[in-house]
Amino acid sequence: MPPESPGLSRFDRTERWLHWANATLVGVLVSTGAVLYWGELSSVFGRRALFKEIHVIAGLCLPIPFLLALPGRRGRGLRRDLGVLNRFSPDDFRWLRSRGADPTVRLGKFNPGQKLNAAFVGAALVTMLATGSVLRFFQPFPLAWRTGATFIHDWTALALGLAITGHIGLAVADRDALRGMVSGAVPAWWARRKRPGWYEEVTGEGAGS
Amino acid sequence: MDGAPVGRRVFLGLAAFGVSGIVWGSKAAGLMERLLAPVAVKDGTGLLGLLPTGRFRIYSVVGSLPDRAPSDWRLDVGGLAGAPYTIGYDELLAMPAVELTKDFQCVTGWRVPQVRWKGVRLADVIARAAPQPQATAVSFESFDGAYTESLTLEQARRDDVIVAYELDGKPISSAHGGPVRLYVAPMYGYKSLKWLQRITLDAAPRPGYWEHQGYDVNAWIGRSNGRSDEPA
Repeated sequence: MPPESPGLSRFDRTERWLHWANATLVGVLVSTGAVLYWGELSSVFGRRALFKEIHVIAGLCLPIPFLLALPGRRGRGLRRDLGVLNRFSPDDFRWLRSRGADPTVRLGKFNPGQKLNAAFVGAALVTMLATGSVLRFFQPFPLAWRTGATFIHDWTALALGLAITGHIGLAVADRDALRGMVSGAVPAWWARRKRPGWYEEVTGEGAGS
Repeated sequence: MDGAPVGRRVFLGLAAFGVSGIVWGSKAAGLMERLLAPVAVKDGTGLLGLLPTGRFRIYSVVGSLPDRAPSDWRLDVGGLAGAPYTIGYDELLAMPAVELTKDFQCVTGWRVPQVRWKGVRLADVIARAAPQPQATAVSFESFDGAYTESLTLEQARRDDVIVAYELDGKPISSAHGGPVRLYVAPMYGYKSLKWLQRITLDAAPRPGYWEHQGYDVNAWIGRSNGRSDEPA
């Protein structure tokens, strides 16, 4: 492993705050949701109504961190990164086609898998909030909507659970990348090797190959 | 910034797909249950049991899950009866047993295929109390203190309406309404009152907990609540 080199700033304070605020809410939603979903768990823990209350409140709070983090000066880095997540370069498409194996691909700040994950998780959270609201406030809606919302809420939860498991697994497997979201900075060698396009952009130096 | 704006399209497309599922999801759910039900019955791995299809969802109407040990459980049968009585769990199990294997259909859409129930015909439980001639309905109370239900006497005397104490070969757990619950096979799940403790013979049906929430009193599967499910 190369010697410790000065870090490159990867995520600013607002982005890290948003990530961990959102992760906390999602963690509460996943654990209380699991208790509500698996009847066996709820008989172990009893107090089903309490778990339901916590689940609903955490769910309704989901938009708050985003609304706090996005606007104004403090949201600049976040908005810029959302723009980066949106754009797929020709290199990104080659990375996807080769499933990450093509050695000539020069990645920017995020790999396309991260970009797709961001789009999926964002859409899944919107979906969970909308369907969850129908489940909670079902009175004004047709009965079939409650059935539909149950169906979508359950399957999206399953897909989201897999995505989160993969996300955590990859983060734990690459401690240097994880450090970017904990302290804000990643080692320069990491950026040079794994995100050469981004390395050149922020340092003005060639990353080599 | 260069590159194709794919991320936003994926995000908006998936979000629109998911949110619109509130409207089309009930049809997809029905299709999925029909496709997976035959597989689930033969599934030896139990993996399908983890998927959100063909499984029970637990609803309760009070804060905590009601819990009562079989040894503490009593059933009162009374009202317009010539011989009101109270029995315990062992006495109920000593009565002639029947078994039913049927799909369990909830009014909110989920359906569990081929559930095995064992219990005593409600007709036998009622007959033992010697109903008076003016009794035309039966009402039920749960020991959770809130859940109530009712049937007409004619409905209650059907062969596929039982006072159940076994589910899939095991004593009924508290989450599933144990130790003893009602199982009304031809009707939506909410008629199958959980945590049964009292049966009262009445002059007229009394709308129960879920009927006060807007569900139909006569809850025939496929012919009520605006739904068109297959009979169980």
